Amino acid sequence: MDTILFLSHTEQDGKLPRAGLEALGAAKELAQALKATLVAGVFGKVTQPAAAQLAGTGAARALAVTGADFADARYATDAAAAEALSRAAAPTIVIAPGTSRLSRVLPAVAHRLGGRVDTHATAVAAKDGAPTLTRWFYRQRMEATLKRTERPWVVLIDGGCHAAVVPDGGAPALEEVPVAIGDAQRRTRVTGFKAPRSDAQTIRPDAKILFVAGAGWTKKQADGKPHVEEAEKLILGFLGATKASLGSSKSLVDLSGEGNAVLTFMSHLNQIGQTGATPRHPKGLATCCHGEEPHVVGWRFINERRAVNLDPNCGWARGKADVVYVADAFEVVAKVNALLK
Amino acid sequence: MSGYQIVVCGSIVPDPLQTLEPVTGPSGPVLKNELMLPAVLDPWAGHALYEAANLAAKTPGSKVWLVSLGPKAKVQQVMMAVGQKVPFELVALDGPAGGFVDAHETAAALADAVKAIPGIDRTKLLVFGGWESASRGAGATLQILGERLEIHDQFQGVDQIAPQADGSLEILERVEGGQHQISVVAGPPALLGWATGNLPEPRNNPQVGMANMRGIMPALQKSKPAKVGTGDLQYLAVTLPKAQRETRVVKNMPTDEIAREIVEWISKD
Repeated sequence: MDTILFLSHTEQDGKLPRAGLEALGAAKELAQALKATLVAGVFGKVTQPAAAQLAGTGAARALAVTGADFADARYATDAAAAEALSRAAAPTIVIAPGTSRLSRVLPAVAHRLGGRVDTHATAVAAKDGAPTLTRWFYRQRMEATLKRTERPWVVLIDGGCHAAVVPDGGAPALEEVPVAIGDAQRRTRVTGFKAPRSDAQTIRPDAKILFVAGAGWTKKQADGKPHVEEAEKLILGFLGATKASLGSSKSLVDLSGEGNAVLTFMSHLNQIGQTGATPRHPKGLATCCHGEEPHVVGWRFINERRAVNLDPNCGWARGKADVVYVADAFEVVAKVNALLK
Repeated sequence: MSGYQIVVCGSIVPDPLQTLEPVTGPSGPVLKNELMLPAVLDPWAGHALYEAANLAAKTPGSKVWLVSLGPKAKVQQVMMAVGQKVPFELVALDGPAGGFVDAHETAAALADAVKAIPGIDRTKLLVFGGWESASRGAGATLQILGERLEIHDQFQGVDQIAPQADGSLEILERVEGGQHQISVVAGPPALLGWATGNLPEPRNNPQVGMANMRGIMPALQKSKPAKVGTGDLQYLAVTLPKAQRETRVVKNMPTDEIAREIVEWISKD
């Protein structure tokens, strides 16, 4: 019989991250489908608050690695904690959220355990009594369903792919798993975070709409001159009114690296597509962006798509968007902003 | 600091502008006409290579190796272009570079190749690569490689590395919500999976190209076959998304009306 370990770090408040609750939901369902034993394992500086979130999942055991050494996302200590929890649970399958913290360490932990790992899973299921997973290849250009025979099989599930579990009932007691940390595992120190000012943060993973600005915003307009300042005002105005998340094509963010006049709030972090992010939002509006395939692969998980472009034959018009408005984005966004005020 | 030994692991991927279609091969899924598709250096690995070269140029006594696992003929084509960009010594492994191979097997082959580089000194070693490939996108190969090399200071989604006066390295990694986590590692050995970094693609430099070519061709000639495959992976299905939309192209609509339609659409739950 399979034993499924749900494995996650906690946040600074000791609770599971949202992606952790989603992965927990997937682990619970898979355990039910396989008639497997579910074990939960959490690690962090504080773990007790996470126990309440495990309530009602049917976990046979709830394990924890707790302490100041596990406060920060540091490879050596996170790997030690994840390895200890895995060895204590002796799972055949490990289900974990694909957060940056766990994506950094779990492939290595799978190697330490003599197992195998698969990342960016969008679904896990049981087929003929065996677990299977679904993930994308070639940057969201094709989707595969696969299974493995080696165990333990460590699976990282992308955020937004499964409903979060809703705690129900009493919190299980956490069994503490001891982990000794030495100086060799403290060679790395996490010293802080670098983030844009809160009023300049343009990446909003939970936004209902993604607004993509393409390179056209910085190109010469009808009067023969670029209007970058006006473009900045219009885009920020739209983001302010709609609380949208800002994405970009590679060509636009590359302009900043090459020293051209650019949108000052745009960086590689905003990049969507082949070499950028693949965010999940219910809606997406592309402006001044041609909709070429390397960019559009980053839109795989955007449900409703609209575009504003002067070219009626742009990529968006060829089956990649639901609606393409053949119009000047400067004029359209100015009017949209006025209506949203 | 007497210089870094920077080993960049990077392979080739189909040019992103190509149409990709999965077909079933003798040992699992492959791309249709895979060997005919034009290839490029994996984009994130490319950023890793350019950042490595930049760090080496700023740190006297440093050297960059590029360890590349792929079909020899295709790697040779790509190296004709990449070799013009920055100085490096190629270590070539002849094997599959497709997206359906197992990250564990790739990591094992890369680890053997890194260990076999003459004169590698762990006290100077920095292993670079793209944090994911544009083929499998596993985001796992480097971590397993690091474990096999016993490197336990690893960073993923790196956008910046800055050597400090005391020999430590400050590293910025991408984390959730458009933020960077700032870490300081005491020094090499360390492993960094790069996101885009901050450097533009270097211009072609004929002198660099000529110097690189003296090493690239012999490296390709002596490249060893790498036993890399799908391992225990069993693919039950590989399909293209059926996501062709029926696009409504709206021409000659007054701007006011377009704006009203967009606002209505945005406001609808």
